[in-house]
Amino acid sequence: MKKLSKVISVLSASAMVMSMLAGCSDASGDVTSTESGDATVTESGASTFKIGGIGPTTGAAAIYGSDVRDAIQIAVDEINEAGGINGYQIEYKFEDDEHNAEKSVNAYNTLKDWGMQMLVGCVTSAPTIAVSEKTYEDNMFMLTPSGTAVNCVQYDNAFRVCFSDPNQGSASAEYIAGNSSLKDSNIAIIYDSSTEYSAGIHDSFVSKASELGLNVVSDTAFTTDSATDFTVQLQTARDADADLIFLPIYYNEASLILTQANTMGYAPTFFGCDGMDGILEVENFDTSLAEGLMLLTPFSATATDDLTVSFVSKFEEMTGHVPNQFGADAYDAVYAIKAVCEAQNITPDMSVSDICEAMKTGMVEVELDNVLTSPTTLSWDASGEPNKDPRAVVITNGVYELCE
Amino acid sequence: MKVSNFSKLLKISKTQKRNLITYAIVIAFYLIIQIMDKTGHLSSHMKGLLVPMTYYSIVAVALNLCVGILGELSLGHAGFMCIGAFSSSLFSLYFKESMPAGIRFFIALLIGTAMAALLGFLIGIPVLRLKGDYLAIVTLAFGEIIKNILAAVYFGYDETGIHLSFKSFQIQGEGKMLINGAMGIQGTPNNSNFTIAIVILLLALFIIQNLVNSRDGRAIMSIRDNRIAAESIGINITKYKMLAFTISAAIAGTSGVLFAHNTSTLTASSTYFGYNVSIMILVYVVLGGIGNIRGSVIAASILYILPEMLRGLNSYRMLIYSILLIIIMLVNWAPKAIELRNKYFTILKTKALELRDKCFSKIKRRFAKR
Repeated sequence: MKKLSKVISVLSASAMVMSMLAGCSDASGDVTSTESGDATVTESGASTFKIGGIGPTTGAAAIYGSDVRDAIQIAVDEINEAGGINGYQIEYKFEDDEHNAEKSVNAYNTLKDWGMQMLVGCVTSAPTIAVSEKTYEDNMFMLTPSGTAVNCVQYDNAFRVCFSDPNQGSASAEYIAGNSSLKDSNIAIIYDSSTEYSAGIHDSFVSKASELGLNVVSDTAFTTDSATDFTVQLQTARDADADLIFLPIYYNEASLILTQANTMGYAPTFFGCDGMDGILEVENFDTSLAEGLMLLTPFSATATDDLTVSFVSKFEEMTGHVPNQFGADAYDAVYAIKAVCEAQNITPDMSVSDICEAMKTGMVEVELDNVLTSPTTLSWDASGEPNKDPRAVVITNGVYELCE
Repeated sequence: MKVSNFSKLLKISKTQKRNLITYAIVIAFYLIIQIMDKTGHLSSHMKGLLVPMTYYSIVAVALNLCVGILGELSLGHAGFMCIGAFSSSLFSLYFKESMPAGIRFFIALLIGTAMAALLGFLIGIPVLRLKGDYLAIVTLAFGEIIKNILAAVYFGYDETGIHLSFKSFQIQGEGKMLINGAMGIQGTPNNSNFTIAIVILLLALFIIQNLVNSRDGRAIMSIRDNRIAAESIGINITKYKMLAFTISAAIAGTSGVLFAHNTSTLTASSTYFGYNVSIMILVYVVLGGIGNIRGSVIAASILYILPEMLRGLNSYRMLIYSILLIIIMLVNWAPKAIELRNKYFTILKTKALELRDKCFSKIKRRFAKR
């Protein structure tokens, strides 16, 4: 019996090795085929741009990744229909990273095997930082739609469409200080100390608020693991007489906070950042509770300009729900790549590194004037940060309305 | 004469043979990968998977020492990984410029291992008084405490000295923020590579397999099998429990060092060090066979690779992975499946033996003719 189990274990081990080898040789086969494909390209001069995307499409942050995935698809389809970039069609592939830096690097490697030339990603901060190390090594151009942490664009090959965390924090503080009805309020902050996103906004908000003389009366934190009960934090805010609660957090926790505040009979003004975008789509959430919620976001799905209307209707047709700001960022990212490629005459037969160099010079020169995520124009610094104006929206009658 | 000497040399004990097979599998795998890499048949996706695969194997082996050999269920091994990762990463970051990479990484490995061992020892003092489920719950809590403290702490140095705080602070002049709260440690040098990881895996296997086969190991297993009997023959239960638990924690710490030096960002979030990860490691151990060291290595490798290999299935990937997990578990451990498997393999084996005998007799006949 024991011998048998031994035989079995050896057999299964060898089977595993064989299957793994089979997997490897498959993958390497793909690589060689694309390489040979590229070789013929240089001769004939006809090929496609290969743009990859990475983001969470499973797990807790899945809604961001899926929106980005679908928005890129829409942009790519539009561009391909209109004749592509410089006459070349775009091929697009998206990989899941489960909002995990380790898995994100795996996803990046998979895309590299596929022959990716430019990366639109990642969607969340920690994976973006990890992948940026790798893209920097390979000198591959990356444009993250929504990697907000400072270090996401620490290398010169990485750019982003969204605001950075400190930008959002200080912009929120400035917005509150500049708004006559909000500036004298007692501010309470509830934030998630275990995510980079929330902690980053919180730190910059606090320092900017003290600079501007805002009255922060309570500052409480929670962690992702304890993100189900917020009565303690809300009670602290209420005891401190707070009438404005700043929530630099994602919408699923925010929806719980709003519900719990309502049960407590506590009704301050709530103010959020771009992570709050999407709160109206939370299942089983009474959206009337979100009435009067203000958030600073670069994108409003109810804006009436042609571009937003067409994007939102296409997105709804494809997925059945209204896109959030992440999707809009990703859509703009693809168009930014298109604009730069056209300005710099980039063609798919160039090497990844050459494309990256050309993109780097092109990004700081380009200025997009018809975009989803900025009311005016969108351009970039060499540091990778975007130049654009934030907008504040307020939820009235169940929809996001721009507020002045 | 010579022939009989040779067979004598080959006459090694059963356990030794089993241990050697384990090393041989690991080394063979390493060689195959190296050959494929040299000949350009290794995709960069696969290359990126090698180091994680190995450090999860290492931590699975470590947990198997605790669960399989010592017989105590620990759900805090991700916490030990976390300690190993953070302590070594701090060291590497601090001496990033002032030390050559090789020596620095070696010392980082020692520091990560030592810190995890120390913490394992300290936690072990109160925890090992408990048994079974209670122990599992308390280790789970300790793992979470380690992770949450590291996620909240700010640690840095500047002109005014070293700062350690639970509140964010500004760096004055020359200095560096080493642990930046929830944002963790950034910029750890990428020193882990497959060769080092495999060497450490072999070392971990060597330590554990030899421990199991030693006087101490037999004492540890006697505690697992019957605590009262072990105590009655004068085995110091606390000592041996502490020994096994500390070694297990130390090896988990080493795996954490490899983890930290494989990606440049390190955050103490539940994605990497939460109890879900501890449970995942436990799944590796259970699937590989509790107490079966080689099984842990194989199970950890397969289960880490599996979701990556299923990338082609896109959104169904995680669903298929979960289903495969259930199927593998059933095939491996369901009594009916074992019965069926044994029956099937007995037929195969008898056939194989018949074939071998036939071949031998043919060869013998041929030799006889000459």
